[in-house]
Amino acid sequence: MPGLTHYLVVSALLFALGLFAVVTRRNSVAILMGVELMLNAANINLVAFNKYVAPGAMQGQIFALIVITLAACEAAVGLALVLAAYRTLETVYVDEINLMKW
Amino acid sequence: MDWIRDILRAVVGTIIIFSAVAFIAVMFGVLLERKVSAWMQSRLGPKHVGPQGLLQTVADTIKLLQKENIVPTRADPIIFASAVIIVPLAALLDYVVIPFGTTRSGPLIFRDLNIGVLYFAATSSLVVIGILMAGWGSNNKYALLGGLRSAAQMVTYEIPIGLVLVTVALMAGSLSTVTIVNGQARLWYIVAQPVAFLVFLIAATAEVNRAPFDLVEAESELVAGYFSEYSGMRFALFQLGEYGEMFALAAMAVTLFLGGWHGPVLPPVLWFVIKLYALIFVFMWVRWTYPRIRIDQMLNFSWKVLIPVSVLNLIVTAFFVVMAHR
Amino acid sequence: MSGEAIVFYLLAAVTLASGVIVVTSENIVHSAAALVPSFLGVTGLYILLNAEFVAGIQVLIYAGAITVLILFAIMLTEGGTGFGTRQRNEQAAVGAAVAAAMAVLLIVIATRTGWTAGSGTLPLYTPGVIGQSFLRQNILVFEGTSVVLLISLMGAILIARRED
Repeated sequence: MPGLTHYLVVSALLFALGLFAVVTRRNSVAILMGVELMLNAANINLVAFNKYVAPGAMQGQIFALIVITLAACEAAVGLALVLAAYRTLETVYVDEINLMKW
Repeated sequence: MDWIRDILRAVVGTIIIFSAVAFIAVMFGVLLERKVSAWMQSRLGPKHVGPQGLLQTVADTIKLLQKENIVPTRADPIIFASAVIIVPLAALLDYVVIPFGTTRSGPLIFRDLNIGVLYFAATSSLVVIGILMAGWGSNNKYALLGGLRSAAQMVTYEIPIGLVLVTVALMAGSLSTVTIVNGQARLWYIVAQPVAFLVFLIAATAEVNRAPFDLVEAESELVAGYFSEYSGMRFALFQLGEYGEMFALAAMAVTLFLGGWHGPVLPPVLWFVIKLYALIFVFMWVRWTYPRIRIDQMLNFSWKVLIPVSVLNLIVTAFFVVMAHR
Repeated sequence: MSGEAIVFYLLAAVTLASGVIVVTSENIVHSAAALVPSFLGVTGLYILLNAEFVAGIQVLIYAGAITVLILFAIMLTEGGTGFGTRQRNEQAAVGAAVAAAMAVLLIVIATRTGWTAGSGTLPLYTPGVIGQSFLRQNILVFEGTSVVLLISLMGAILIARRED
């Protein structure tokens, strides 16, 4: 029977994968994908704690719903920034965007 | 070990749904489309294969099965192949929450989820990923443009569908489809929510890329849109996905607005099928009557007309529901 | 080995394997396509945790909308055509070490703490209960989130608009 620690281990591994993507990838869209993986890992943690440690109320799931909504907002604004940057700077690779003024 | 029994039940149910959709919905649907369009254009349609042309789709399927599977040279093989699987899969997953009638032991539904309507909206939105991957994986400018336009159109028209689903769920008090159908035992929701029904029909026509919203697969402009490069059985699977999605949306409209399986004398499943095919006939009637709408007119119509109308409808419905509870 | 454990290991394997493809693939369209099984695996984990509404919202928003958004951004920028461009920067080894250290730290904390099992059972789970709780105890965060959604919608449109 999978217990709380199983879910926490899965979430920790997913978080580490997302962190690796954010730190090492060059394409800014790939960095945003890593951020989404990290947010998913945090959500798994929240819902698992709600079921196993504090099942009296639904606060964990409510929190997870709010995090999903805010992740959608952040992905929208982040990708709009990537598109706007591509239009002027003509690149999406973050190690080539190193001038303050074009 | 009753999980083995559950898995076997799920596999058998999947085979039943796939066969039922493939044969009843798609085969009869394609034939019905050709016959209906022929009668509206004062001609006769397919008549030679089988009695009155009923086996025409069988002949078409056999023809498509024996055609060569062409993959373009510089197309991405993984994405090209997985797009073919995602589109019909998402269309077939919709059928899990549609109640087809009642039997002695309860409603004839694959699984009565308590988030039924939300599940339907979620699986309808998975089709867009398959379309984008089909457009990208073909390594073809026309396919890419068609795929992007189609994805933009489907994402835009999902919002009025979602708002209408929420409005009907508000009136019934639950997201479960069986509860919504049971709530229409005395009064069908089409009488209480005519605006929502109209919005749902228009948005459903746009969601499955049918005329008058079929710019993305207009033969005269974009070759065949996002599935230009697909041949043989893969083309047949895309058609299965498109017709399957249309039938699923019509079945959901019957469940939400036309009372599901309620009817006086005939068995419930028969009433459901009658109402379903009546709505399919309306879809086909609209297709062969109206001209095609331009993509910017189409997107403006959704953002500036359908979404404000459905939000206003939701607010008014919520007001009346709260007043009725007091 | 109960059925639930088999399903859990299967879903965890799907999620983590797709996650590995997302972070290490050289072709960014493959990375974006591998996000979908990852999100669907997380949906399965939510259903195992008796959170069906959150699972439905996860499919609707993550797999249905955010993945489409990411694919659009890839196709409208040069990401998909830069085939020969390397995708990892020069700190790959240090980054891998940091990520592995973070994973080890979190796993050690998770397994060594004695989590006290909570008392009580989950409330009878319908979307109505979640809606009620949004409008009673959590109404402030609900209204705040709707304001953030409105602002981010306007912001995204303004930023990405073509200047002509």
